[in-house]
Amino acid sequence: MRTMASEERVVHPVIGPGHTFGSVTDKIASLVLTKKTPIGWFFGFGIAFSLLMMMLATVGYLLTTGIGIWGNNIPVGWGFDIINFVWWIGIGHAGTLISAILLLLKQQWRTSINRFAEAMTLFAVACAGMYPILHMGRSWIGFYWLMPYPNTMGLWPNFRSPLIWDVFAVSTYATVSALFWYVGLIPDLATLRDRAANRLVKIIYGFFAVGWRGSARHWANYEMAYLILAGLSTPLVLSVHTVVSFDFAAGIVPGWHATIFPPYFVAGAIYAGFAMVLTLAIPLRKAYGLEDFITMRHIENMAKVMLATSLIVAYGYLMEAFMGWYSGNTYERFMLWNRMTGPYAWSYWALIFCNVIAINTLWIKRLRTNTVYLFVISLVVGAGMWLERFVIIVTSLHRDFLPSSWGNYRGTPYDWSMFIGTIGLFLTLFFLFIRFLPTISIFEMRTLVPAATGEEKKP
Amino acid sequence: MSAPLYGLLAEFHAPQEIVKAAEGVHAAGYRKVDAYTPYPMEDVLDALHLHETHVPKLALTGGLLGLAGGWGLQYWTQVIDYPMNIGGRPFNSWPAFVIPTFETTILGAALATVVGMLLLNGFPQPYHPVFNVKSFATASRDRFFLCVEASDPRFELEKTRELLRKLGAYEVSEVAP
Repeated sequence: MRTMASEERVVHPVIGPGHTFGSVTDKIASLVLTKKTPIGWFFGFGIAFSLLMMMLATVGYLLTTGIGIWGNNIPVGWGFDIINFVWWIGIGHAGTLISAILLLLKQQWRTSINRFAEAMTLFAVACAGMYPILHMGRSWIGFYWLMPYPNTMGLWPNFRSPLIWDVFAVSTYATVSALFWYVGLIPDLATLRDRAANRLVKIIYGFFAVGWRGSARHWANYEMAYLILAGLSTPLVLSVHTVVSFDFAAGIVPGWHATIFPPYFVAGAIYAGFAMVLTLAIPLRKAYGLEDFITMRHIENMAKVMLATSLIVAYGYLMEAFMGWYSGNTYERFMLWNRMTGPYAWSYWALIFCNVIAINTLWIKRLRTNTVYLFVISLVVGAGMWLERFVIIVTSLHRDFLPSSWGNYRGTPYDWSMFIGTIGLFLTLFFLFIRFLPTISIFEMRTLVPAATGEEKKP
Repeated sequence: MSAPLYGLLAEFHAPQEIVKAAEGVHAAGYRKVDAYTPYPMEDVLDALHLHETHVPKLALTGGLLGLAGGWGLQYWTQVIDYPMNIGGRPFNSWPAFVIPTFETTILGAALATVVGMLLLNGFPQPYHPVFNVKSFATASRDRFFLCVEASDPRFELEKTRELLRKLGAYEVSEVAP
């Protein structure tokens, strides 16, 4: 215990010692402006791009044949399409949480992880967005019930439906996240413009930097805009997964019709999102030598957020079970018993293992600060959150109210190739991002340098 | 000397230096002054009295337009243009309409904030005189610049240069327009 206490007092800084404005700028910009692309990048990009091609082949087959190639059936009308949609959307939430909510809470440690977490948000939302569009089968004619545009049938979407709320929530979320990300990038694009040696590269970065020159007048507007965007994103991100949970909670299916769904979904989203940030951050800092910028402070704080949200999620599982029993409703009770002991019991217990048991090892500081262990746990959490959606969707649907309409569900190879393919899309975009844009916000890192914080003045 | 001039650009190496210089220039009565810093500096904004920004008003306007537009869209499509009985609910199912309205409000405010910020800053702006000074490229790295513009009524080439020197500038360059 005594050794633990002394260990406890070590507070890791948010930036490694000895950094200056110049060194921070050079280090981050050099990752982008170098002519030498690391071999590992090509290797990773190659795998990701192959998976993306697999997805495109699946989508091609899907569009020419129809969604019959998926495993969806009656009674399980919602399968991998919505499982993966919810999974991806949830992952996106950590990016906005880090960039907006932690900004408003003045958490300095957000600074070096916000940029790639926001990128992760955008790419995850892109992956999620594929499913609602593709699950229509003939996406090009099904659009009129998603978006209110004047069509030849004179029809409008039904705004009383949670599915339409979802369209509005997700498309707003995607737009605002993209704006937030771009606004954050402008000063860094100007840095790249000023530092690029190649004229074409200069012109391209210069085009997107729109003429930024760090003028005090501009910073005044910029800082205010950034703060307002953070303020707008905060309720937005909470609303998105709340609305996603309405897709379920507004229905009367046992296991879905629960008031705990919105908060429990939001917590689960942040949980999955932080797991994904760790999954990306741990190899990234290692591969590019960014340990000075993404320090153990960041890693440990993220582990703590993950642990805290896991407890909320665990409370959600507990309340779900309790309310199912306490309601006295035959269908609710059967659904729960079936979920725990029925044909999909394996998925329920695997979910409990991943999301409730494995994560609690992070109470131990030594495990929490071991990056390899944490990386494995972040993958376990990612899998656990996927299982959560699988359990909620499949176990609730496969036993209908009438035993005569009971059935089973399994993903077909096309379900899997599509799902794994979206991981390819996500990683392809991420690899392109770390090669062509600054992975860490340079101008915000400058504010952490001792010369800016005034710490160098102190003895 | 006779060539027209955009202004004088003074270079500083440390954040405290530019704050001091900005205060000095402002105290000397110059108003057409701009500072160029690699990161946002509250102290410089204080020194030059540049805190005023119209972004919040634009954000509010955008939000209100989004609110009215989102609600109007739903009311018009569901009540006026094509009323349809869905599950016996009233045509004007206002509780359900709150959610899309909330989203369009956020969307309107966010778009107005970003577009407004860019336009207020005069972006996109492919050309600006300060870029004519070679060392200005370091303004996006680790250097701090203060520019006194020639259009300021108090601007006098030699006197202004002397002031900037006295305020600790490492280099004072003339900026071609």
